[in-house]
Amino acid sequence: MNDFKPQLVAFCCSNCASSAAKVAEGMKKALPDNVKIIHIPCTGRIEILHLLKPFEEGADGVYVAGCQEDSCQYVSGIAKATKRVMYVKKILEELGSEPDRIDVFNLSAGKGQEFVEVAYKMVNTVKELGPFLSA
Amino acid sequence: MIVAEPKPIKEILEMVKDLKKILVVGCKGCVTVCNVGGTKEVGILASSIKIYGKKNGQEIEVEEYTLERQCDPEYVDEIKNIIGDYDAVISIACGVGPQFLSERYPSSKIFPGVNTKFIGGAIEHGIWSERCAGCGTCVVHFFGGLCPISRCSKSLLNGPCGGSSNGKCEISKDVECIWDSIVRKMMEQNRLDELIEFKPPKSWITARDGGPRRMIREELVK
Repeated sequence: MNDFKPQLVAFCCSNCASSAAKVAEGMKKALPDNVKIIHIPCTGRIEILHLLKPFEEGADGVYVAGCQEDSCQYVSGIAKATKRVMYVKKILEELGSEPDRIDVFNLSAGKGQEFVEVAYKMVNTVKELGPFLSA
Repeated sequence: MIVAEPKPIKEILEMVKDLKKILVVGCKGCVTVCNVGGTKEVGILASSIKIYGKKNGQEIEVEEYTLERQCDPEYVDEIKNIIGDYDAVISIACGVGPQFLSERYPSSKIFPGVNTKFIGGAIEHGIWSERCAGCGTCVVHFFGGLCPISRCSKSLLNGPCGGSSNGKCEISKDVECIWDSIVRKMMEQNRLDELIEFKPPKSWITARDGGPRRMIREELVK
């Protein structure tokens, strides 16, 4: 049995994903304890370096949880974040790692259940891939 | 500005393999403006190398430094007290940068981290387009302010050629025919007659064809 417990960092938009987190809390749906949440005002502010640093510091996976493409308060935040995630996927591949270690998800404020599901989905994906640094 | 693109990280890692102390040097000039070699990109490359080292159980020390410009000796001098501490220096400036560093620090191993592409501008955020071939004798005023040397696939001075179709060049539907734009602009300005006048073959002696170039302005020389 795979007992590896991956460490994940999740960048969450304060306007949608973080609200979804509150909804999840209200529903008594708990996030996995190995996902570290970083709240940000808009996912458009996430730079490539922000996405790389967790890997440098030993994280096994990273994901961005932001708005739906058409409902970003700042118009194109999640679209920008998506492109940056794609860029980091390319870097990971060049470094001989799996691009699936990073992903982006479109949520909305009411989707508490989905917020938790996304976290478990990422945890399971990364668990299958194994530890990042000793991979 | 001079427009460049990042080299594939794999290629950079191959250049510096087995080297333990690396200095990544950026430039605050053109390559910062085209988002390829400024402080931010120095951080991205340094982080990528560190991740690679950790993943492969190699101890690689990577430091970051961004010079004001890598094409002026006084700024290149800024790293004189630290460069000797490193096994390798990766310059992510245009092609001038690694050469100025190599000339100033002859005992250091200098590697290029970007591929220099062309002289151009940003037509929108994230998209750059060539505008100047550095031919040494600007002629854009004959062509409505548009340069057929850099923007026509054949550098024609008496265009367009038969490969122009619906404003596009025959080499690719993504390449505009600059001669189409030149003719349209001259028509709009009622200057089409100026294009009738034959333009004799250009002297390329001021371009790269005359060998490596050098420019001296006596009024500036100390």
